[in-house]
Amino acid sequence: MSDIKKEAAILSQYTLPQPVAIMEVCGTHTTEFFRTGVKDIFPQNLRLIDGPGCPVCVTSNDYLDTAIAIGWQHNCVITTFGDMMKVPSSYSSLAKEKSKGLQVEVVYSPMDAVDMAQKNPDKKFIFLSIGFETTAPAEAVCVLEAKKKNVKNFFLLPGNKLTVPAVKVLLDSGEVNIDGFILPGHVSAIIGKNAWDFIATDYSKPAVVAGFEDHDLIRGTLMLLDLIKENTPRVLNEYPRVVRNEGNPKALEILYSVFTKGNATWRGIGVIPESGLDLKEEYADFDAYRQFPVDVPPPKEHPGCRCGELLRGVILPTDCPLFGKACSPEHAIGPCMVSSEGPCSAYYKYGRK
Amino acid sequence: MDIIVPGHGSGGKLMNDLINNLIKSTLGNETIQLDDAAHLKLATDSIAFTTDSYTITPIEFTGGTIGSLAVNGTVNDLAVLGATPQYISCALILEEGLEIETLKRILVSMKEAAMKAGVAIVTGDTKVVPKGKGDRIYINTAGIGVFTNPPQRREIKPGDTIIINGSIGDHGTTIMALRNNLTFSKGLSSDCAALNHLIEDVIRYYPDAIKFMRDATRGGVASVLNEITKNAPFGAKLIEDNLPVKNEVRGVADILGIDPLYIANEGKVVIIADKSYTQGIVEIMKKHPEGKDACIIGHITNEFTGKTYIQTKIGGKRILPVLIEEQLPRIC
Repeated sequence: MSDIKKEAAILSQYTLPQPVAIMEVCGTHTTEFFRTGVKDIFPQNLRLIDGPGCPVCVTSNDYLDTAIAIGWQHNCVITTFGDMMKVPSSYSSLAKEKSKGLQVEVVYSPMDAVDMAQKNPDKKFIFLSIGFETTAPAEAVCVLEAKKKNVKNFFLLPGNKLTVPAVKVLLDSGEVNIDGFILPGHVSAIIGKNAWDFIATDYSKPAVVAGFEDHDLIRGTLMLLDLIKENTPRVLNEYPRVVRNEGNPKALEILYSVFTKGNATWRGIGVIPESGLDLKEEYADFDAYRQFPVDVPPPKEHPGCRCGELLRGVILPTDCPLFGKACSPEHAIGPCMVSSEGPCSAYYKYGRK
Repeated sequence: MDIIVPGHGSGGKLMNDLINNLIKSTLGNETIQLDDAAHLKLATDSIAFTTDSYTITPIEFTGGTIGSLAVNGTVNDLAVLGATPQYISCALILEEGLEIETLKRILVSMKEAAMKAGVAIVTGDTKVVPKGKGDRIYINTAGIGVFTNPPQRREIKPGDTIIINGSIGDHGTTIMALRNNLTFSKGLSSDCAALNHLIEDVIRYYPDAIKFMRDATRGGVASVLNEITKNAPFGAKLIEDNLPVKNEVRGVADILGIDPLYIANEGKVVIIADKSYTQGIVEIMKKHPEGKDACIIGHITNEFTGKTYIQTKIGGKRILPVLIEEQLPRIC
């Protein structure tokens, strides 16, 4: 039997004295626990709670409302990662608006948007800058490149968020009883394992930074269960091949040379102070918020959608009365069903047997 | 550089020159002259007839062109029915501005594909659309095949095996990498190929073993199997350890956040066969270049009835749902 199969057998037979609930913070983990089949071999009394780690899901309606308004009212080309296309805004979605004639282009990297702007100097390109600490440095590099190349028709609509403040809010709320955390590998590659030490020191909970392969998920879960069982609040790193204790200081330096911390609105949580990234004053020329003021109708939530509670870990996707009925990937009511990292999407695709 | 102009579709001298000096001279042969209609002689009154249109971007890619794709796609649609492909039509819709040299390369690749598959291109049509009203070139091909030894399709049952003739996701990944300028994906190549000789061989040796046969094009292997299992009294189980996925394909798929099981192939056939004949079918496939990596990728089961699912490397199981829409790249 291979090592991974042995470890899988250890996990499936792991004895827990009482029911345990662990939270995976990252949206990619949500999907990978299903996709690799690791969730399928969990011991019976182990429950996985989905956290607020899908950047598309936590983006509030007013952000997309603003993007659509800028596109129409200022005749701009909206460039975005594909995940955002079908996410419902208050009244529409990028995909629906595109079919009405709004200029929307899917890109694979923010640099594609800079290239488009260079090749089409007569058009204005807005990049929807959403995502966590993982993507923010690349977006910062784009702004620096655009400035260096004097590209005056490329703009960002800042929507990036920081994961640590959101996890703190969840822990402070006491709304959910979480025994331990599986922490995001990609985010931690930037911010470092040490950025999470507060979970152990301030809240006496264990946590493990994990990678995304099947063996990472199994080992990460086993490490976390051992910490829980031994009642040892520590933060461990299962992913040292990518994540260092101090993270990536160079990436952080670039990130904070362009962005500054600001308040951000999280779907289901509300405004979390210092949890967002705004463009610094010296990059105001690239800030779509500042360059393209718009009239946006007040945002509205979709009746019955419980994505907010889901992102706080209060409910599972299957607890939502819309799940798989009124809300499915074909007719999504909430973003958690649309995004490839959304918990509802993962449950719908992989979790129904 | 010579390019397609509106006059090439006018019915006048320019059009006749294009047809006679390029299209007919490239695609035709001594015995068959491409005209508006062809008079065909068939050995049987049981025929298969198919049509398909091709609108791919880019029109030339590693491993093929829109021309070879059109021929092979139509040949494969006939072959998986158990028919022997014989005749093909070729209708070209050309956008003003297409380089004649590019068109020539595409026609040459069509001819080569037809010769390799042993089919004749016997009739055709050419239209020109104004600049901006097309995407360089569209091709429609219809095909006729004859049934000489059609497989007797028996009922699919638990225990039957799922076989494929080689690696999955090659074509779709190649196209997506080109579209997205993923320059690191140098080892990728489309699997665009005609499968009629391979399939005819399998049918010849194992006429009673094949219970299902389909080329896994759009939507990939998972979509083909979902078609079979929908509302069926059995499930289709794939074994992840057995899936032939090239490292280059895996790499690009990971970066784009897509699953190779749902990526298009253009030279892959999925066969469900009686378990006792499986090894023999795989050996027959391996004798053909298009089947050198043939293998068993799963089997039909009593569990998860009505569903296609995969047993992952660690022994977990997950459903492979019906694809909702085009797979989109993930954000991080």
